[in-house]
Amino acid sequence: MKDLKTPKQLRKEGWKELNLKREPFEIRSLSNTTFTGVTWTLALLAAVPLFSIIFMLLKNGGARLFGPEFFSVLTELPPAGFEMGGGIGPAIVGTLVMVAIASTIAIPMGILTAVSIKMLGSDSKLARAAHFTAKVLTGFPSILAGVFVYAVLVISFGYSALAGGVALAVLMLPTIIIATEEALGQVPKRMTDAAFGMGCTRTQVMWKIILPTALPGIMTGVMLAVAGAAGESAPLLFTALFSNYYLSQMNEPTASLSVLIYNFSGMPFDNQIELAWTASLVLVIIVLIFNIFARVISRKKT
Amino acid sequence: MLPRSQEPDTSTSETVIDCRVDKIHYGDFLAVRDSVIPIEKNKITGFIGPSGCGKSTVLRCLNRMNDLIHSFRFEGQVLYHDQDIYAKDVDPVVVRRYIGMVFQQPNPFSMSIYDNVAFGLRLNRFKGDLDKKVEKALKRAALWNEVKDKLKASGLSLSGGQQQRLCIARAIAPEPDVLLMDEPCSALDPIATRQIEELMLELKNRYTVAIVTHNMQQAMRVADKTAFFSVDISQGGRTGYLVEMGNTDQVFENPQETLTKEYISGEFS
Repeated sequence: MKDLKTPKQLRKEGWKELNLKREPFEIRSLSNTTFTGVTWTLALLAAVPLFSIIFMLLKNGGARLFGPEFFSVLTELPPAGFEMGGGIGPAIVGTLVMVAIASTIAIPMGILTAVSIKMLGSDSKLARAAHFTAKVLTGFPSILAGVFVYAVLVISFGYSALAGGVALAVLMLPTIIIATEEALGQVPKRMTDAAFGMGCTRTQVMWKIILPTALPGIMTGVMLAVAGAAGESAPLLFTALFSNYYLSQMNEPTASLSVLIYNFSGMPFDNQIELAWTASLVLVIIVLIFNIFARVISRKKT
Repeated sequence: MLPRSQEPDTSTSETVIDCRVDKIHYGDFLAVRDSVIPIEKNKITGFIGPSGCGKSTVLRCLNRMNDLIHSFRFEGQVLYHDQDIYAKDVDPVVVRRYIGMVFQQPNPFSMSIYDNVAFGLRLNRFKGDLDKKVEKALKRAALWNEVKDKLKASGLSLSGGQQQRLCIARAIAPEPDVLLMDEPCSALDPIATRQIEELMLELKNRYTVAIVTHNMQQAMRVADKTAFFSVDISQGGRTGYLVEMGNTDQVFENPQETLTKEYISGEFS
């Protein structure tokens, strides 16, 4: 690196030698440019898989979805063997229903768990154990959630949308707990101090101040969990299985997009393979909608 | 300098809070010892002293805000209208409804200006004209003219000085008996500080006010009574205690203790 003159030296020379210009070929500038370049390259490389997936989905599945068959693809039953046409209607409905069941179970349970962990405080052994368990469960292989629900529900009651929903709920729960805890923890202490100073009980502080203030953050976490659950296939293989027909009862095998993709992509028929691509695209769009929704909500922050 | 309405005789006033600290501990650390501070009705009592002398700690004992700190232990009595608020059967939540607080950092809730002010009223299940009460509190806090057209805007959208006046409006809306202020101007510029000081002089006609301040000029401008705290390092730790308390004029013009004299003249900080 070029030596910069010290103020003392410059003062002696009457500041004539003062050089504030940018020197692009100095080591300092060069290393800066190189590092910026490396960062950009790596960032672009990281984006390559993402964009190539989207590209492939649009290329292979887009024609079917954004063509004249738009409506029939989204509503019709899946085709049999050599049949042409058909759609993924039951799978879309099945996925949405099971995600809805999972959300109904996991969202209130997860938020309330996080609230009680926070209210018990970090001194409480129970709260620390609950936090630790949730943290461990976030890294839980999703197929084990399926096996668990298989053992608990499916063996006695058979494959069903309900069992699928419960399996997805098991997966969503830890994500929601951790995200909610984080959001609750970010409410500034001075705000809760103010509430205590007004004469709030601990419960009132939680319900009137901490939860409303943390709500955007909680919603983001919830939406991410929902989006994640929508794309799960492993737990559904053991719990909801698959069906070629629209869901009519909660206690029968149920189609889902992810399992449909798994089944159809392995078939020796072009029509089915094309439908698997379309189903993948639809799934990505559903997940995208959930994510955009989460973004919009969290941006509403005051 | 602001005008100060000083009653000629200040000794006959009624004591609202009689704070008698024997010992205040945080864990093993002795933070404050042996201090008796009477807070008188419709007066402003100023707490001054160097950093770490426990003046904020004592102020926060007056509405049991320190209960939120786990290691905190209080020995002594705080008699509020002759009832010890540290008695076992006293609910600190109820105490805080009578003894409100304004904090060092402006801390409005993340909700609208209106809801901020109405918060305490709703908490107390106020039945009546909420709008009128909110307006009155904002007027008393000298904020009404600035926010009357945007009551639905977030309290956090206001400037620092406005936020602090909003917090004062929030604190006085449920009409507490006593208002504790913990360095309310330390995060504010001189203009906002002046507004808050004028406000305090207004407020003392209705409420009893205790204020912690780092700024001795501020104590001289607003306080009727001044309590000077200092730090005792002779026992090993840094323990705060009350050195002297009296009418503000007397404390500043004719201090009885050498420590006070030194602190006021700036010989020691």
